[in-house]
Order: sequence, then structure tokens, then C-alpha cells
Amino acid sequence: MNLLDQKFTPQTWPEHPETATHEGKNKFIGFWLFLAGETVLFASLFATYLALKDSVPNSEHALAADIYSLELVFIMTAILLTSSLTSVYAIYHMRNYNFKQMQLWFFITVLLGASFLALEIYEFNHYVHHYNFTFSSSAFSSAYYTLVGTHGAHVCFGLGWILALIFRNQKRGLNLYNAPKYYVASLYWHFIDVVWVFIFTVVYLMGILG
Amino acid sequence: MSSIAVKKGFASTVWEYLTTVDHKKIAHLYLGAGGFFFLLGGIEAMFIRIQLMKPQNNFVNEQLFNEIMTMHGTTMIFLAAMPLLFAFMNAVVPLQIGARDVAFPFLNALGFWLFFWGGIFLNLSWFLGGAPDAGWTSYASLSLRSEGHGIDFYTLGIQISGFGTLMSGINFLATIITMRAPGMSFMRMPLFTWTTFIASSLILMAFPPLTISIFFLMFDRLFGSAFFDVTMGGNTIIWEHFFWIFGHPEVYILILPAFGIFSEIIPTFSRKRLFGYSSMVFATILIGFLGFMVWAHHMFTTGLGNVANAIFAVATMAIAVPTGIKIFNWLFTMWGGSIKISVPMLYALGFIPSFVMGGVTGVMQAAAPLDYQLHDTYFIVAHFHYVIIGGVVFAILAATHFYWPKMFGKMLSEKLGYVTFAFFFVGFHMTFFVQHFLGLMGMPRRVATFLPNQGFDLYNFISSMGAFFMAIGVIVLLVNVVVTSLKKERVGNDPWQDGRTMEWALSSPPVYYNFKQIPLVRGQDTWWIEKMEGKDELTPSEPLQDIHMPNNSIIPFFIALGLFIAAFGAMYNPLNSVGDGHPMGTVVLILGLALMFGSMLVRSIRDDLGYYIPKEDIENDAKGGKVS
Repeated sequence: MNLLDQKFTPQTWPEHPETATHEGKNKFIGFWLFLAGETVLFASLFATYLALKDSVPNSEHALAADIYSLELVFIMTAILLTSSLTSVYAIYHMRNYNFKQMQLWFFITVLLGASFLALEIYEFNHYVHHYNFTFSSSAFSSAYYTLVGTHGAHVCFGLGWILALIFRNQKRGLNLYNAPKYYVASLYWHFIDVVWVFIFTVVYLMGILG
Repeated sequence: MSSIAVKKGFASTVWEYLTTVDHKKIAHLYLGAGGFFFLLGGIEAMFIRIQLMKPQNNFVNEQLFNEIMTMHGTTMIFLAAMPLLFAFMNAVVPLQIGARDVAFPFLNALGFWLFFWGGIFLNLSWFLGGAPDAGWTSYASLSLRSEGHGIDFYTLGIQISGFGTLMSGINFLATIITMRAPGMSFMRMPLFTWTTFIASSLILMAFPPLTISIFFLMFDRLFGSAFFDVTMGGNTIIWEHFFWIFGHPEVYILILPAFGIFSEIIPTFSRKRLFGYSSMVFATILIGFLGFMVWAHHMFTTGLGNVANAIFAVATMAIAVPTGIKIFNWLFTMWGGSIKISVPMLYALGFIPSFVMGGVTGVMQAAAPLDYQLHDTYFIVAHFHYVIIGGVVFAILAATHFYWPKMFGKMLSEKLGYVTFAFFFVGFHMTFFVQHFLGLMGMPRRVATFLPNQGFDLYNFISSMGAFFMAIGVIVLLVNVVVTSLKKERVGNDPWQDGRTMEWALSSPPVYYNFKQIPLVRGQDTWWIEKMEGKDELTPSEPLQDIHMPNNSIIPFFIALGLFIAAFGAMYNPLNSVGDGHPMGTVVLILGLALMFGSMLVRSIRDDLGYYIPKEDIENDAKGGKVS
């Protein structure tokens, strides 16, 4: 019996659909390992950012404390943290075999992620036009855009990923083939949220206060 | 679907290999591609030694020498040694743990194709304006201002093949965690599986820093960033740190699987279980752990200060302890064993003293004050060739002989194997032993020539002669491979008679689903236990049933190809620092990435549930295909 044709009710649906099959279990372990690698990747970016922070060719260049504005970043943080919460709701509904609610909450997650991304683009645009703070202007700016931009690229990829899952499965509901896919997408989403918490602290808070 | 050989045309064989997700076939691909790059790197090595055969030689000019020297190191580490080890990991590890394939067969294929296209991209530099010329370490202070696109071929090529390596690392970790047969506890795993496990975790932790530093260098050279540009506030020491935070664990990524291979070969031909199994496992883990604590010993002369140098010196010396444990365990395994000499065993016997010599010079360099004297001389070159050739290459050659029958069903000629060993072993010591003295006398490495009458002439000549001996050894090996492929005679399950681990319980080569029933593991050296009880097959852990298998796919090939195309676009984008950018570059970059992400999307939205082999077919195979 193939995984797509298996029919469930909320009663027969396994408690942990993401690890109910062997393939699901592999995905689960493999994805956690991938996140370990991603952690080292971001750790390297953070280390570089800290080493090159405020490292500019001359005093005409803007420093961290001059350009960051906490208001905007606070809103972005709130949006992204909320999107993590909505993805938790989605997984909650997945566990209860409530496909429609799961899709809805994942869609809300995508909307929040997209608005985060829009604010980030606005932020970068603002820095470029108001402070002449571009990717090439100093070692500091390169390190900033690479760290925050890599995170932004991850958000962007996550949006595409979750949207693809939502549209692909819209017509056929939840099964043990796609449940692990939704689950690892939500793990990924949490991961980029955690990275943002560190960016908020290390880049923005420490940028203004320290 | 039956495994009984159906005569196939050439095109369908090519298609099979382009789309395969079978770990045994991917092992063939790694062996072929890794072997090809090994020969390329070897030819580059010969050019280096011919140039240095006599003082003030003009065989190649200085620029070409720099390119050859850079490509020799880069090719050998990234495109030869690692893929060749991956070949044996792919061929053997799933069999050793009683699995039908790796955890992610699709990713396994993707990892190979990324490595392959990355390697091709790097080597295309020879035809497109010059190869990288800043050494395999490509220090940013040197590489940032390198003319032409050589360094860009380095960054983009290594980046692509590095993604492949990272994927393979994750794949082996997941495989070993989730796919072990019932009864195969961690402390029953064969040592080669253990070392693969630890080496894979090193890949997982060490490759991301390389990815990042290569991105920095690529951004600096191609997209106008300023990470390493001191006039813009940049700092080139960041490259050195990241490179060695990757680079030192990389050494252990290479040597640990080599240790694993010898830990299989020595018990097999001593006909005695491995001495001190648990201390071997512990030593492997400890080496892996300490491997991350020592990167700055490559940077003693950078000027990090005495405290940093002292800490890294002590940590480095500490690695000698677990390594020593391993050496003694191998010796004690042989002690009292009934030793049978064969080609793989001969390499193992040659490995122990050669590797110990490399280890001892390593501890010498760990003493920071002495390292100020030795840094950037031929002493360093001698040291790392003693560990890499004496350890890794000997292991690869040993494994080639040891696992060839399991991978291809035919035995490599032992006679020609002895000839290869003799030439290679003698040539190796001739080439590199004298380089210790060249280094102590002050001959700097990476310099295209030297002046006469400094005492360098004779030793360099001896060294170059040794290189020819090694080349003869490799040519004899190639002849051996050709001769063996033409032979008709096929071998049985356990061609060395004394196989201990599960791969030797299967036919050579194994059927595509490996195990007709997943085995029950009743102890360490599973197959040996069964043999000692007079059985001729493994104890099954499940009834005969339909087997679930993954589908072949061409998508990995296209994902990697997309990245390959995108790399050309990135290199010739309008912002590049060489100044030959073209708006088409950006277009090609976008098209390449579109092909990559598009292929990924196709993979994501197409259901791939695999297929089932009915159990009747498996029974047929067992009756018809069985070789005793």
C-alpha cells in the first residue's frame, strides 16, 4: 500500500506523523544534522561581523550606532517571532490531522515572513540611500550585509519552500508522505527565527548600546 | 526487475550511471572520477619534480610553477583523496551496517555530481586563462590581487564540490544513525564505519567555515565587497583562521577513514580480532574532537602571541596520544596473529612506520619555537606528504586491492600489486625523506627554482627520481586494472577467505538490494561469528518480504549542472575585479540558478515513492544468482 493512498481519521492518525515512516525518521535526523551545519555557518558569519564591526576606511563612513534604528528592527523581530508561533499552530493542527487549519496557519506564516522580508528590503534600501552604506563601502558594510543578507536569503528560500508545499498538497490532504515535509519546513522556519534573535541581539542591540 | 545480468548497450549503461542512486554504483563513479583527478594531480606533481630536478631549471616558468603547485595541492586534497575515500565509504559502509542503501540515496547522487562538476570547473581554468596560483591555502593577502580568473576558478569550483562533500557527510551520519540492522549497536560497528561516522561529523562542522570564507573571497573578487581589503577596513587574518578551522579538521577527515581501512585490513590478515576495539573507538572520537582545537598551529608565525601559540602547541601535542593508542592497537592486533601477507596487508605494514615518521615530525612542528625555523620550508612538505601519502594514499591503494573484488567481482592481480607496492613505497621514501634535510637546510617551499651549490642539488635530484618511481608504481596499477577488467574469472563472496564484517557475506558485487533479508547482528565481526558456527550465510532478522527501493533520477545531475553554469555567470559578471565582466554574465548566473532551483522544485513537487521488488523475484535471484 503506498503512502499516498493510505487514509486516516483523526483517531488513526499517528501521534508523531513526521517520524511514523522510515523515510520520515531519516528526514528528521538528516534535517537536524543539516541545521547543525547551518549553525556553524552562521556562527562563522557572526564571528566575522564582530571582527569587522565599525571597521571602516575613514571617519566619513557611517558606524553601527549611526545607522541602526531599533523601532524598525523591533517590528521586524515581533513579526518574525509571531511567524514562528503561527508555524507551531500549523504543526499542532498537523498532529491533529486537521489539514485545512494547518494549511491556513502555514499560509499566515508565509504572509508574516513576506512582510518581514519587505521590511528588510526597505531597511537595506534606507541604509543605501540615506547613509551611502552599500555592500562595497567598507569591510563593516560587507560583513553586515553578508550576515543579515544570508539570513534574509534563508527567509526567502523558506517562503518559497512552504508555499510550494501548500500549493502542491492543496488538493490531496495530509498523509504520511507529506507530513514529514511540512514538519522539516517548520523546523527550518524555527531555525531562521532563532538566528534572527541572535542578529537582533548581536547586530542591533549591541550595535547601538555597545 | 531481476538482478541477473541483462546485456545492456553502452548508452543505457551511461544513462544508468547518470541517474543511479545506488550506493554501489555511486562508489564506482567516485572511484572513477577521484582516480581521474588523482592522475591529474600526479602529473602536476611530476611537473613540479621535473622542474626542481636541477638548479635553475627552465622546464616551466615561475607563473606556471605557481599554478601547477597550487593545482597539485588543491586537486589532491579536494578532488582525489576525499572522493576516493568516499568511493570506499559508499561501497562498504551500508554493507557493513546491514543496510540496503544510504539514508538519502538521492542526496548521495547529488553529492557526487556536485563534486564532479566542481572539479571539472576548477580544472577548466587551465583552458580559460590560467589556473589558481596562490597555493592550495589561497591566503587572501596573496589571492585577492592575483591577476586573471585563476582564484575565481578556485573559489567557485571548491564551493560547488564542497557542497557535495557536506551533503555526503550528512548522508553518512544519518545512515549510520538510522539504518543499522537489528543488533548492530554502536559498539559493534566495524571500525571503518566508525571512522566514517566521525569523519562525517568533522565534515559537518568543518565545511561551513570553508564555505563562508570562500564566499568572502568570492564576494571580494567578483562582487566588490571588502572583507580582506585592508584599505577598506578589512582583515586578511580572518581568511587564515577560517581556512585552518576548516583545514585542520580536513586532515582528520582524510586520515580517520584511512585508519578505519587499516583497522579492517590488519585483523583480516592477522586472522585475529582487532585489539582494543573500544580504545580504538575512543581514540577516533578524541582525535576528531581535538582536531578542532589546533588550527592555529598552522599560524604560529602569523603573530597571534605567545599565549595563543603555547595553548595550540600543547593541544597539538595531545593529539599524538590517541594516535599512539591506535598505532599500538594495530601492532598488538598483529602480535600473536596468524599473519598472511597480501597486497593490502603489505600496505598496512608499510603504513605503520611511514605514518609514525610523519607523526613524529608533526610533533616537532607543534613546538612553536622550532616551527619558526621550519615554517614554509621543505620540512613541512616532507611532513605532510608522510602523513598524507604514508597514511591516506597507502590506505586508498590498500583499499583498492582489498575492496576491488567486492566492488567489481574480480581480483586485482597480486603479482602486479606487489610490483606497484615496491615502486610506490621505495619511491615515496626516496622522494620525501630527503626533503626533511632540504627543509632543515633552509630550502623554502613553493619556490619555482633554487641556486646551485647550496647543498640542495643532490637531494633534489634524489627526490625527483623517487617521484618517477612512484609514477611507475601508479602506471603498473593502471595496467593491473585493465588486465583485471579483461579477465573472465569471477570471485565468490569472501575472496580473502578471512573476511570478518558483513560485506564479505554477500555476493561480489552484491545484488542491487544488498540483503535479501536484513541480517540479525549477533556481535562484533558479524560474519566471522557466523562462519565460526559453520554457517554460510547471515542470520536473517526478518521473513522474506517485498523490498522497498528508491527510484533512479536524473535531477541530481541537473541541479549540479545548474550550479556549474551559474558559476560561469558569477565569474564574468560586470562587477568582477578582473575587469572583463559582461552583462551576459549576470544573465548566465540567473539562468544557472534558475536551472538549479527549478530542478529542486521539480524534485519537491513530483512524488517519488520508490518501488517494491516482489519477493518472488528475490527468491529467483537467490536461486539463480548465487555464487558460492
